[in-house]
Amino acid sequence: MNDEFDSLKAALKAAPPAPDADAKARALRIAQENFDQHQETRAAARQTDKRPTLGARLSEGVDWMFKTLTTRAALAATTGIATVAVAFFVIAPQLDPTGVPTQTDASKTKAPATVIADDLGALVRSDRAAPETALRKIAPAPQATAPEVLMMEPEAAFGGQMSPAVDDYAVMPPQGGTEAFANGEPNPLKITSQEPVSTFSIDVDTASYAIIRSSLNNGQLPPPDAVRVEEMVNYFPYAYPAPEGDAPFQPTVSVIPTPWNDDTQLVHIAIQGALPETTERPPLNLVFLIDTSGSMNSQNKLPLLKQSFRLMLSKLRPEDEVAIVTYAGSAGQVLAPTPASDRNTILAALSQLDAGGSTAGQAGLQQAYATAETMTKEGEVTRVLLATDGDFNVGLSDPKALETFISGKRDQGTYLSVLGFGRGNLDDATMQALAQNGNGQAAYIDTLNEAQKVLVDQLSGALFPIANDVKIQVEFNPAAVAEYRLIGYETRALNREDFNNDKVDAGEIGAGHNVTALYEVTPVGSPAVLNDPLRYSAEQTTAQTDELGFLRLRYKSPGDADSQLIETPIATMVTEASNDTRFATAIAGFGQLLRDQKYLRDWTIDQAIDLANSAKGADPYGYRAEAVNLMRLYQSLSAE
Amino acid sequence: MRMNTSDEALAIAAANGDRDAFAALLSRQYDRLFAFAFRLTGTRHDAEDLTQDICAALPGKLRNFRADARFTTWLYRVAVNAAHDRRRRAATHARAADGWGDWEVNRQASNQEAATQLDWLTKAMSTLPDDLRDTVALTLGEELTQSETAQVLGLSEGTIAWRMAQVKDHLRALHQKEEQA
Repeated sequence: MNDEFDSLKAALKAAPPAPDADAKARALRIAQENFDQHQETRAAARQTDKRPTLGARLSEGVDWMFKTLTTRAALAATTGIATVAVAFFVIAPQLDPTGVPTQTDASKTKAPATVIADDLGALVRSDRAAPETALRKIAPAPQATAPEVLMMEPEAAFGGQMSPAVDDYAVMPPQGGTEAFANGEPNPLKITSQEPVSTFSIDVDTASYAIIRSSLNNGQLPPPDAVRVEEMVNYFPYAYPAPEGDAPFQPTVSVIPTPWNDDTQLVHIAIQGALPETTERPPLNLVFLIDTSGSMNSQNKLPLLKQSFRLMLSKLRPEDEVAIVTYAGSAGQVLAPTPASDRNTILAALSQLDAGGSTAGQAGLQQAYATAETMTKEGEVTRVLLATDGDFNVGLSDPKALETFISGKRDQGTYLSVLGFGRGNLDDATMQALAQNGNGQAAYIDTLNEAQKVLVDQLSGALFPIANDVKIQVEFNPAAVAEYRLIGYETRALNREDFNNDKVDAGEIGAGHNVTALYEVTPVGSPAVLNDPLRYSAEQTTAQTDELGFLRLRYKSPGDADSQLIETPIATMVTEASNDTRFATAIAGFGQLLRDQKYLRDWTIDQAIDLANSAKGADPYGYRAEAVNLMRLYQSLSAE
Repeated sequence: MRMNTSDEALAIAAANGDRDAFAALLSRQYDRLFAFAFRLTGTRHDAEDLTQDICAALPGKLRNFRADARFTTWLYRVAVNAAHDRRRRAATHARAADGWGDWEVNRQASNQEAATQLDWLTKAMSTLPDDLRDTVALTLGEELTQSETAQVLGLSEGTIAWRMAQVKDHLRALHQKEEQA
């Protein structure tokens, strides 16, 4: 009577083929990565249950940006023919209405030494060898509970505000993350007589600063490759002179003393984007492309994103439209284009978003763009906003094809911004690449503070580009400058000939954006000159020593194919630095301390803190105060 | 290095954050897990995906492992649940091809004899509803006792016995059909 069972049993026993070695290796690797990430999540989850009180800040910011971005006519004009782009981000669930971010005393923060030691090496490792696998990831839905092992004091500043209020988590150092950072070798010193021209693209990204903050708040020094000095400097708003008339932006150049070297000077190039003060803005079309893979389950990922989105809804106007596309797990369009006035439908779709399951490899990105295209009408602004913790398995697995796809869509008028969440799997390099190709901004959201800032920024700056493909070229005068060095912008370097080539893509400036670039220059005859003059070199030109160099800027108005040129000489006269400029230099110094201290001589974090503190100015949003706290964290970490 | 450590001890260590223990445990279990996944799904492709899902989710699930349970029993349960999740997702995606129903893939197996047996197996399994397939995969495929199967599935032994009787009915019906053909 068991005949049937016997044959079924025999067949079942014989059926499974030998496991495929590649599949096995992949599964084991993913499991190990998730194991590591899981440990990270547990460690992060127990960080602190205190949250800064930023209610006042947040609503101020939101109100401000919606008030300032208005005039349909003006903005439609600046954004050119068709569609530009928009993305949104908002945050903040339970807000303490008392305002002002909490100032924390970093010296109280005791970071467990094991975390620092173990983690550094692990984070530096980047797994970019296999692009195909870097684009694919599956993660569990970690929860946090674990026996108590070590406690950090809860004043650990700004990180982890979204963490659940549970005290008894273990500190597990994140091991062997799969983070990949984009960076180049620190710019070397250039000899003016040999290479007088320096060319680069502007960069309005801020992700690097947020990653550094997240590391420091976790009691770890950030991986040096995560430090992009220009993104740290550009994180902060500065009140640079605004453009007059129709100009989209205003460059201001000043020469100031170098804080870390008495014998050199800093050339400070400040660009201030115009902020149209208007009463009516064009309708916004927002397509959220949201990673709902299991790893997005942590408190600081999908839940943070959802809370932001809810808050933002109340600020949208009835004529705005919102759509949501997800990838991984629950794939596809979860919300068809819906007028912002239909709040209930949007909220319902939002609450159904659920992190879970593996990546389904759906054509998430194509779907997001297709959705965006159906929403686009003349004079409206459309942007896809990709929110992920590093899983870029969005349907195109070849990174090159992905970039081509995105830049193709950019040329058709739909832009892309990328928001990174969480740590452990963050693929900063891909984030950068995608956002750069999509004319968007790459931002990393680690805290409520940051979400708020990005929201402000997204609604003002990155939403409404005012100048595309902005390139900077500085020609130094060998008679005045012996050596020079561009601080940061390693990933934005351009060839000299690219400057006049309008086909070469470069960074964008959005409404109200500030961009800062700093050169350290060594005057001819200064004792700080590092290279001896060549015995057989041609005679130096001695003319025009009142000009230190010559600044050229190229940009395209949105929608234009041809660039326009701005030129201005840089005078040798050293001026007294404003608070803004001094703060920017303090941050540039801090960035170099984190990355490469070679040119800083005996200048230390103590001086950086003093300089930043003295240059804080009004600091209405507390960003600068926060930076000083981070510097103090670094001070205590590096002292150990 | 940990060859002599029990699965259970490795699982506890891994749940407490021991990276090496986790790696050792998983490399030890992968082949068994894959075979079981194949018995649940019926195609290499689905089995690999399912196994990968389970591996990926394991770090998060390990905390639920209790020292008094057998690790393999626990892992079978995780696997069955993961298979359920996959089927549910497949259903919501309207991708009807759920493993054992997916004939063509298996028909292309190169080894003719193996293909014939797999063919029959595919046919037999595809006549069974999901819950009976899971039960059969555990009892006949993995050779678990009815008591162990009941433990894995969180059911009573009586239910397993009843299910096996159902399976028998299905197989008889299939057999009759084959006779007539």
